[in-house]
Amino acid sequence: MYHKEKSIQIKNSASALYNNLGVLRIAPRRLTYFTVVHANVVNMISASWDGLNYSHRQLQSKEPNVATSTSLIMQAAFCALPSRDLLVVTSQKGIQMYESDGSIMVYWHALDTPETPTGVSSGAILVFDVPSKGSNITLSEVLEEHKESITDMASECSGSQECIANLVTADDEGNLCVWKSGEEFQLLNKIPGFDMSCSSVKLWKGTVVAGYGTGQIRLYEAVTGILHAEVNAHARWIYSLDIAPFSGLLLSAAEDSLVRVWHLTMTPETNSVEVAHLHNECVTDTQICGAKFCDGDGYAFAVTGYDLSEIIRYVQS
Amino acid sequence: MSSRTLPLLFINLGGEMLYILDQRLRAQNIPADKAKKVSTIAAWIEEDRKRVMNDIITTMFNKKFLEELFKPQELYSKKALRTVFDRLAHASIMRLNQASMDKLYDLMTMAFKYQVLLCPRPKDILLVSFNHMDAIKDFVKDTPSILSQVDETYRQLIEMYTPLSSGEFQLIRQTLLIFFQDMHIRVSIFLKDKVQNSNGRFVLPTSGSVPHGTQVPGLIRIFSCTGEELTRQQFNNGGNYNAALREGSFEIFGDRVTKLGTNMYSVSRPVETHMSGTSKNSAQHTKVSAAPNPLAKEELNLLARLMGGLEVEKPGNTDSGFRVNLFATDEEEEEALISRPDELSYGVINIQATKDQQANAELAKIMGEFTESGDQSPGASSKGDDLLAMMDGL
Repeated sequence: MYHKEKSIQIKNSASALYNNLGVLRIAPRRLTYFTVVHANVVNMISASWDGLNYSHRQLQSKEPNVATSTSLIMQAAFCALPSRDLLVVTSQKGIQMYESDGSIMVYWHALDTPETPTGVSSGAILVFDVPSKGSNITLSEVLEEHKESITDMASECSGSQECIANLVTADDEGNLCVWKSGEEFQLLNKIPGFDMSCSSVKLWKGTVVAGYGTGQIRLYEAVTGILHAEVNAHARWIYSLDIAPFSGLLLSAAEDSLVRVWHLTMTPETNSVEVAHLHNECVTDTQICGAKFCDGDGYAFAVTGYDLSEIIRYVQS
Repeated sequence: MSSRTLPLLFINLGGEMLYILDQRLRAQNIPADKAKKVSTIAAWIEEDRKRVMNDIITTMFNKKFLEELFKPQELYSKKALRTVFDRLAHASIMRLNQASMDKLYDLMTMAFKYQVLLCPRPKDILLVSFNHMDAIKDFVKDTPSILSQVDETYRQLIEMYTPLSSGEFQLIRQTLLIFFQDMHIRVSIFLKDKVQNSNGRFVLPTSGSVPHGTQVPGLIRIFSCTGEELTRQQFNNGGNYNAALREGSFEIFGDRVTKLGTNMYSVSRPVETHMSGTSKNSAQHTKVSAAPNPLAKEELNLLARLMGGLEVEKPGNTDSGFRVNLFATDEEEEEALISRPDELSYGVINIQATKDQQANAELAKIMGEFTESGDQSPGASSKGDDLLAMMDGL
C-alpha cells in the first residue's frame, strides 16, 4: 500500500519525546516544513516538493536577550490558525512562538519556576490570543481542569454544525477533556482515564482518537464520552497518532518499531464508527517517536525514531 | 524533564561498574598459595578483591552522598558524571589507567542504555535497578555495616519510586534516553549475543512477551452506544508476540522476573569494546553538549562530598601493582589510549590525588572550604567557581 521513499537527513538525531515530528505543508510555495526535536534544539527542514532543494535551520529554546543555558524541549508543533501558521515550541523554561519558517520568534512566555524543580507541568492549559500579523500575542485564559501534566492536545476547526467540540486535551493519567472555544473556553466533557498515560490524541468529526502507554487506541464520541472502539494496536507505548482529515486515514506509531495505517469510517445515522486495519511498516531496531501524514489525504507520511538522524518517508504505491 | 532521574542513573551505572570490576579482578586472580611464593609480583588474591568491592560499595552508599543524590535535581552533564565515577573507581587500593577507565565507562553506559531501551515498560527500570541492588547486596553479604547502608538505599528507592505513575516513569526514561543519545559504542559481548548490530545500534525484537498491562496487538472491538460489544476483528500485527509474563517484585526481596540488570559477565567472557566506526555518530552528541552548563556547580557539590569523605591516598600506591587492566595486555591498553578518537574523549579532568603535589595541595584546600561552609551559602558560588576553574585548569 505504501513504499519507502528517499529519507531526509537531519543534523541531529531525534529525541525520545511524544509526537516528535511536526509537518506543515505550504502549497503556494510547493514546500513542506518538518521539525524534529533533539534535546534543546529544534531541527527545521524545508523540503521542496520536487525533492531537489532542502534547507536546514536550528532553533534553540531560550529567552530572548538572556544568555543563560538553554533548556530541554518537550514538543515543537505547527499551529495552523485561520490567518497564519505558527511554530510553537514548549520547553522546561517557557513557551516560544515563531513564524512558521522559524525565522523570527514572535512571542516568549516564561513558565513559573517552582522552588523545587519538578520537571512536570501542573496540568494547566494556557490559551493565547494571536493576531493575524505581528507579535502582539497575549495570554487570554488559563484552563485548569487537568491535575496531571498535559501530554497532547488536538483541535478541529470544521465549520460543520454537527461538530460542537473543537478541542481535546489529554494528560498523563489518561484523562481527556473536551472543550468548545469561544469568548471563553467551555468544558463540554471529561472522559476519565484508567491510570495510564495518554500520549497522543486527535479529534476528527467529533470523535476523539487517543493513544495510550499500554499500546491501546480508543475512540470516543467527544461530547458524550461514549466508547466507540478499542484497538489493541501496539506492543509498546504509543508515541504518535495522526489523522488525514479528507480520507479518514489514521496513523499510529509506537516504541515497538511499528507504524500502522488504519481507516476510520463514521456513520452519523447509526452513530457508529468502524476501524479497519490497512497496513504495517516496521522501522527495524528503532523506537518510533513521531509519525505524521504529509498531506490531508494521507498520500504520504513521515516517521522519526529515537537516535535516528533521518526523517523516513513513505508514499502510497 | 524528570528531576528524579539521577539516583537511578547512578545506581545502575554503579552496579554495572561493579559487575565489570568484579569480573576483571577475578580474571587477574592468582590463588593465594601461589601468591605467597612470588611475593614481589603483585597479584589479586581473594581478600584484596573483596576489599576493593567493599571499599567502592561503601563509598557509593555513603549516607551524605546519597542524601545529595536523592534530592530532586537536573541530571548531571556527561563530564560531571564521568568524574564522579572516576573518583568512585579509585575509592580503594585499585588503580586504573586512563584507557581502562575510558573502557570501563563505555561498557557501563552502553550496558545501561541497552537496559533502558529494552525495558518493556518504563516502570521496569525500577526492576532493573533492583536487580543491580540485589547483586550489590550479594557482594557485601558478609559485611553487616555496609549491608545496612545498602538496605537503607532499598528503602529510599522504594519510598521515592513506587508511588510514581507510569507517565512519570516514562518521563524518567525519556530523560535517560536524552542522556544516552547518539552513543553507539560496540560492545563485543553484545555483538556476540546478537543484541547489538555491527553499526552499534541495539536489536529491538518484534517478538516476545508484551509488557505487563499490555495486550498482544491484533484485536479491534466495536461497541454500541450502550456499551455492548458489537463486533470483534483480528488484524495481522506484523510480529510474533505472546502474553505478558507475571509482574516482578518491587519490594526489598523478591523475584524481579526481568533479566535486565543482572550480571552478564563471567570470568570466561572477556569484555571488549570496538572504537572504529563509532566516531561519526559521536560527533553529533558532542556538538549539543558544547553549551556552557551553569548547573556545573551543583554537580560539583556531589563530587566534593564524595571526595571529602575519602582519605587522600599516599603516593606510594601507584606503583604497588594494584592496577587493574580492562584490556588483555598492557600493550593493548596503551594502544587504546593513543588511538581513541577525539570525539569519544570524555574530557575528564584526572583528579589523581596521589600524583601531582601542587594539585594535591590545592584540592585539599578547596575540599576543606567545602566541608566548612556546608551547602548553599552566598559565598558558595565563588567557591564552586574556584573548584570548577581548578578542574578546568588541571
